[in-house]
Amino acid sequence: MTNIEIDGKQVSVPTGGTVMDGATQLGIYIPYFCYHKKLSIAANCRMCLVQVEKAPKPLPACSTPAVEGMKVSTHSAMAVASQKGQMEFLLINHPLDCPICDQGGECQLQDLAVGYGASASRYTEPKRVVVNKNLGPLISTDMTRCILCTRCVRFGQEIAGVMELGVAGRGEHAEILTFVDSTVDSELSGNMIDLCPVGALVSKPFRYSARIWELSRRKSVSPHCGLGSNLVVQIKLNRVMRVLPRENEEINECWLSDKDRFSYEGLNSEERLTTPMIKRDGQWQECDWHTALEFVANGLKTAQEQHGAQSIGALASPHSTLEELYLLQKLIRGLGSGNVDHRLRQSDFRADSHLQGSPWLGMKIAEISQLKSALVIGSTLRKDHPLIAQRLRQAVKQGAHLNLINPVSDDLLTKVTNQVVVAPAAMAAMLAQVLKAAAELKATEIPATLKDTVSSISVTDTARAIAASLIDNKPAAIFLGNLAQHHPQYADIHMLAQHIAQIAETSFGVLGEAANSVGAYLAGAVPGPGAVGISGSSQVGANGSNASQMLGMSAIPIAEPCRAFVLMNLEPEFDSYNPQQAMKTLAAAELVVMMSAYKKHVASVDYADVLLPIAPFTETSGTFINTEGRVQSFNGVVAPLGDARPAWKILRVLGNLLQLDGFDYETPEQVRAEIFLAGSDVSTQLSNRLGSFAVGEIGQVSEGLQRIGEVPIYQADPIVRRAESLQRTHDAMAPLASMPGALLDRLGVQAGDMIKVKQGDGEALLPAARDDKLPANCVRVASAHPLTATLGAMFGEIMVERL
Amino acid sequence: MLSAESLKKIDHEVTKYPADQKQSAVMSALAIAQDEKGWLANETMDFVAHYLGMPAIAVYEVATFYNMYNLQPVGRYKFTVCTNLPCALSGGNDAAAHLKQKLGIGFNQTTTDGKFTLKEGECMGACGDAPVLLVNNKRMCSFMSCEKIDQLLEELSK
Repeated sequence: MTNIEIDGKQVSVPTGGTVMDGATQLGIYIPYFCYHKKLSIAANCRMCLVQVEKAPKPLPACSTPAVEGMKVSTHSAMAVASQKGQMEFLLINHPLDCPICDQGGECQLQDLAVGYGASASRYTEPKRVVVNKNLGPLISTDMTRCILCTRCVRFGQEIAGVMELGVAGRGEHAEILTFVDSTVDSELSGNMIDLCPVGALVSKPFRYSARIWELSRRKSVSPHCGLGSNLVVQIKLNRVMRVLPRENEEINECWLSDKDRFSYEGLNSEERLTTPMIKRDGQWQECDWHTALEFVANGLKTAQEQHGAQSIGALASPHSTLEELYLLQKLIRGLGSGNVDHRLRQSDFRADSHLQGSPWLGMKIAEISQLKSALVIGSTLRKDHPLIAQRLRQAVKQGAHLNLINPVSDDLLTKVTNQVVVAPAAMAAMLAQVLKAAAELKATEIPATLKDTVSSISVTDTARAIAASLIDNKPAAIFLGNLAQHHPQYADIHMLAQHIAQIAETSFGVLGEAANSVGAYLAGAVPGPGAVGISGSSQVGANGSNASQMLGMSAIPIAEPCRAFVLMNLEPEFDSYNPQQAMKTLAAAELVVMMSAYKKHVASVDYADVLLPIAPFTETSGTFINTEGRVQSFNGVVAPLGDARPAWKILRVLGNLLQLDGFDYETPEQVRAEIFLAGSDVSTQLSNRLGSFAVGEIGQVSEGLQRIGEVPIYQADPIVRRAESLQRTHDAMAPLASMPGALLDRLGVQAGDMIKVKQGDGEALLPAARDDKLPANCVRVASAHPLTATLGAMFGEIMVERL
Repeated sequence: MLSAESLKKIDHEVTKYPADQKQSAVMSALAIAQDEKGWLANETMDFVAHYLGMPAIAVYEVATFYNMYNLQPVGRYKFTVCTNLPCALSGGNDAAAHLKQKLGIGFNQTTTDGKFTLKEGECMGACGDAPVLLVNNKRMCSFMSCEKIDQLLEELSK
């Protein structure tokens, strides 16, 4: 600790700290533009000049290290004169266009000019003008306003991991730009808008739509990835105008991924469903709520009477709130069916009866930053969990090892110590190698149940290096990503990873795919007689069909196929593991009730019989339990659009119409109170352990071509699919059929040629692309996209033909 | 993109720095590339970026910062005249004016025969020799009075 004195007050700054740190601790205000607590120090705005005793010149507080006994004055005549002088310099070239500047009202330069600027400028020469740049569909530029603080450049280098912006030229000719007019494509790019202290980088979707002082600020929680980022939602006239991060050091820090930030456009989409609709004689007709709900209640009752309760199934998106999921399963179980699930993209449910709790991250999100070694299995991490990838990137900068076992070799924009790119079918075998290597290194026995499986496997050097990295560097963690969870051998992968974690003594986690992936288990939105979680533990999978069985995607057919479906907050053509099969099953069903915030996707109109407009997360109160098991409740920030209603209310009325017990809730708090029985503790319900699951045969490789079907970042849920600006980004490009060069040659096609991709009886025409890093005989075709919705399993066999 | 010979020179520069800091060689690499190509096209900078494993924009930052790098094609001889204060006090502006008049071009222009380009330079660290100018970044000419400039032009025109 170093003791210094600022404005006559004593303060102890950690060794290596700066004068700025001391001032922050004391609550003394020093003006600045380029300084940011999460970025490196540039000291190029010179706004934070302060007077230091015995120093002949004013010094920048942000970059001056605290030295024992230093005496600093932040408000002395010299300091104030320097700050005012610097403000005059900054304003020389800054345009006086505050009335038409989007930053007006939240501009640091505007604010500080009030405190430190003169009322008139002494500068009469021409001001410099800088040409605007096109940085893509998310960031709008007004480069003449730039004061060259370089926060955006440093953010790219240090946080986003990719330097897309830079300072070209020098002196008066210096300007911020990209190389040869490229766009900024980082999935975290929106943070540059927040960081820009002036109006040089502003939000393109929000631009010119409201002034800051017209907006109300309401708290909310992101409904997208499992992180549960904290949001400030800004509204005007009952409409969400934009979304900003709400700082929470333990979750999203001060950042937000572009998906969380810009997906609000989907809330105001033209495709919003605003009235209930019923299909009569093949025609969609609008109707009132009473008619629609009567129709649904009668339909469910008929199905129950004619085919038995087991003919009713409910599927919900894990992006739904805890209350919605809880009431949906209560309704279905009230009718006597155990068919309820939220895991539509999962294909392997063998581990269900061995689950000991809700799968979760296995540690706190904040602890990721402290890891010294991590093994990520099956994940396009940057796209699936942008801010978890960011935390790992910071950990790697501190010396952590990042190891990957993945079917794709996407650049994580960070140093990767060991990377294995293997075909999906070989992933389990690869894990078995790591397991064997870990056991050898630790000189421990491989569990008896696995001995036979592992004994015949020979260990490669990379597997040994991964095992050593996990054993030698602590704290360490193993994470299962989205690709692993969708994998047809998920149970084997999970079990092997669990054993590796046990032997290497690391933490073990499942990265939550959606905002409420953990909550959905606890709410009981899994098949079986009751929930895993809070309202009493029981086995998952018994007496109920899982999503795969309900939709007929499973190899193990169920005795009684579902004839009536309730779908909540999802679009099975995009949200299921095998959309082709899901569509067939739904088309054959007698009743399909869609509770959805959206209409218009042609396919959904085909299979649904009734559409109930539900409110998205901004229009209902609810709770998400994020991947670390943190319970976050939020309130609606605007009133529901048109006749849309919060899903929990709809389910409550349905419960009443069906004369089920215990549906007399008045408020969502009552639902919540029922879920969280007094004294119940979520953390005791979280577990990634599989009991006695026996790993199946691993390492069989089928003859044909295998599809690698990941979910693209901006196709993951119904809201983001309708966020227009995000849909124009590079990440939302139409899917390609990527394959290794050898396969292209074998087909006799060039990259860029259109080819026919076939699965089952569905086909799609896609441009071929070359990716030599893909494993042999694998074709990467993204799922969840209108162009590929006709195809089958995300990791199934696939055929490719030249046209 | 670059000749084997240039790549060999760049590889030699890279060996001067720690293995994980290849990008330290960016300035020499750009100079070598420019020696071969005459100027630095975007593709050349992109190539250097890939070769040194650094972001293209970071190479562009360096190339735009130093005015010895030519971002446009230049004539066979590039004169860079120092116009900073010590040179200006000792006749730097006169030297520049004389060159402009002789060549019939202004700063940042090239003669129509593609032979000479004129650039305004920053301090070259030889204020005692003012006025100074550089020929093709490498040949420093001191005490450049009008007569000496005439001699230089005559020599280069041969």
